[in-house]
Amino acid sequence: MATPGLDELRLNSDPFSNYLLDSAYDEMFHGDRRPRPHYQALHELLLGLPAGEMRRKKQAADASFLNQGITFTVYGREEATERIFPHDLLPRIITSAEWETIERGLAQRITALNLFLKDIYNEGRCLAAGIVPREMIYSCKHFRRQMRGFAAPKGIYVSVMGTDLVRLPDGRFVVLEDNLRVPSGVSYMLTSRQVMKRTFPELFQRTDVRPIDHYAEALLSTLRALAPEGRPEPNIVLLTPGVYNSAYFEHTFLARQMGIELVEGRDLVVHDNVLYMRTTTGLRRVDVIYRRVDDDFIDPLAFRSDSILGVAGLFNAYRAGNVTLANALGTGVADDKALYAYVPKLIRYFLSEDPILDNVETYLLTEPAERRHVLAHLDQYVVKAVGESGGYGMLIGPHSTAEQREEFRVRIEADPRNYIAQPTLMLSRAPCFFDGRVEPRHVDLRPYILCGDKVTIVPGGLTRVALRTGSLVVNSSQGGGSKDTWVLQ
Amino acid sequence: MLSRVADNLYWMSRYLERAEHTARVMGVQLNLMLEQDPRTSDRRWLRTLAALGHSAPAAADAITEHPDPFALARNHALRQVTGGIASARENARQVREQISSEMWEHLNRLFHEVKRIEAAGVWTRQPLDFVSVILESSHLFQGVTDSTMNHGEGWQFIQVGRFIERASATARLLDLYFREFRESLREAMDSGVHMEWIGLLRSCTAFEAYCKVYTADLRPERVAEFLLLNAEFPHSVRFAADSVQRSLDAINEVASSKRSARVAKMAGRLRAGLIFTPLEEIVASLSEFFADIQKQCARIHSAIYEVYITYPIEAAIEA
Repeated sequence: MATPGLDELRLNSDPFSNYLLDSAYDEMFHGDRRPRPHYQALHELLLGLPAGEMRRKKQAADASFLNQGITFTVYGREEATERIFPHDLLPRIITSAEWETIERGLAQRITALNLFLKDIYNEGRCLAAGIVPREMIYSCKHFRRQMRGFAAPKGIYVSVMGTDLVRLPDGRFVVLEDNLRVPSGVSYMLTSRQVMKRTFPELFQRTDVRPIDHYAEALLSTLRALAPEGRPEPNIVLLTPGVYNSAYFEHTFLARQMGIELVEGRDLVVHDNVLYMRTTTGLRRVDVIYRRVDDDFIDPLAFRSDSILGVAGLFNAYRAGNVTLANALGTGVADDKALYAYVPKLIRYFLSEDPILDNVETYLLTEPAERRHVLAHLDQYVVKAVGESGGYGMLIGPHSTAEQREEFRVRIEADPRNYIAQPTLMLSRAPCFFDGRVEPRHVDLRPYILCGDKVTIVPGGLTRVALRTGSLVVNSSQGGGSKDTWVLQ
Repeated sequence: MLSRVADNLYWMSRYLERAEHTARVMGVQLNLMLEQDPRTSDRRWLRTLAALGHSAPAAADAITEHPDPFALARNHALRQVTGGIASARENARQVREQISSEMWEHLNRLFHEVKRIEAAGVWTRQPLDFVSVILESSHLFQGVTDSTMNHGEGWQFIQVGRFIERASATARLLDLYFREFRESLREAMDSGVHMEWIGLLRSCTAFEAYCKVYTADLRPERVAEFLLLNAEFPHSVRFAADSVQRSLDAINEVASSKRSARVAKMAGRLRAGLIFTPLEEIVASLSEFFADIQKQCARIHSAIYEVYITYPIEAAIEA
């Protein structure tokens, strides 16, 4: 017999009946199950809504993602498969005071990192002063010696940065890692906001959410600020590796939002150190490239000679100052996970300020004492390969098997420079909607920082969720999802 | 517009036109096969194979080399239809931000639909159903394209792709028919041959349109005149040549260089040949005339590539 009333009953009775509160910081509740003031409106809404209504909203949101083709590609299965980005309905809310600290902290960080990059590729003052060991820089696989003696336009190496923040049990935000090469995910931030506006208009009305829609415009003016001298109307393009790249949707999305051409390597040609794109009306000069192709593949003459994604001669055109690449090449040296441990020192050295956002405690396995300690307690630490991203090449001690630990022990001893260890962090949890119930899941936060004439951070970012119960891994390639992030006025 | 984008749009449209043409020709031949002498069947399928650009020779003596031309033609056509739609979609996928979302969604849906019905074996059991899905979707796609996309440079490349393919494929089809049924130009035709001429018209969706102009009185030279020279019928070679020239002129207006003017002139020449050559002259050397049309289409195609898509850098720098 059909019992349509049952679902309604379940949510109305208490959608929070399974809601786990423990030592982790909960974004919605105080320890005593009182909702935090900025989550009050959402809490009331959830108590009042029938489960059927929530389910309907979830379906509408999913359909909206599918129709817009908001998908990403997962590698490593038999064939790369296209999937919609898993998405949770409930927004993650951040107060204006919390955001103000994050904003200042990130602006400080990108400023210091740009000074650092300029320094190591030119004078090397911080190396001479012993702030960072030289071998740390020169052994980094993302260090590009081709960049030595070249100053990026206006000293901006990193113009787009995605920094991953996590919130510790005491409520502080700390920096987990920086992404300085080609950070992705911003299109999910923008499209999920559009979907949420359609799904929860009533909640938007009751909550003062700061807008993020100006991101594309801010990115465009950041890129425009980096145009070579004497090019008042710069031609700006987005360089994509092509349709098979996992972030291709994002590339088309951003190109459309900014109104610039989406180009592939084969559309571009360098002549006399000037970069052109092939158009039906002949060659047209290109001034700024927002590149979403990795360093290694950007120019087969300067880097990997087997690359077919890049443009032969692009690097020389870049060094000649005829075209700007954003981000610059060789920025990966500053998001090496071992170098990360030195960022607070770098902030003090270059800016003479104390870091506003702290780092996570990090063990450098090149130090014998630290290595011995970590190897003895591998089951308590998270071990990461320094040059990887996306959650690949990682050991999560408490969730690992003895064989996995043994495998990492061998790898660490063979190449200690390639690994760092951090204590297993208790990430904060935010409420998520699961088929009629609300349950907490671990989240992080990736704001996007733009740096051109000035530093711009749109209020919010991509909140990534570890959708599996208990999981701490939020990367989309590892089964994570996303949430809309609301920063309040 | 980026050259690569023009290239993708051109081929998206060309592949789709090819799939549509293949499906229509197969549909007509399958229909004719049902009510005809089985002894002529092998010849029919070898002719169809040739019309669809397969390398098998159309001569009867090739039968020994191809024990089952029907199966061969059927497989070839299926590959050409499904492959054409997959390639059209792949081209569209690479320029998704350039075409309207309605176009992309329609093409994407068609691709998945074709994959589904192909897997269900519809092509062998109910080939005519398969054909009607393709024809309907292709017509719909053209409507969606015309009514949702800017009629700018990109749209013009879509037009060029479609009509070059159409002109060339129609000329090839006509050539094969006139070779095979040449004698009926002079003699009275029997009912079997009569059906074949109707088949030719149907392969170009031209039977009804022909009847409106000439009544159902079928005469080969009138069929030739109609499919070659009629200026108002969208599947005639003349109409295709008009469209190609119009679009290349529009593209040339944007580019306006000496080199781009040359391409537009080539299209003009094709069109002029169709307008000004007297019918008697065409009928006197039909085969050469059809071959010439195909050659000119190939030349226009190469010229488009040389001027707009894969031009050498030196040429562009000097210009």
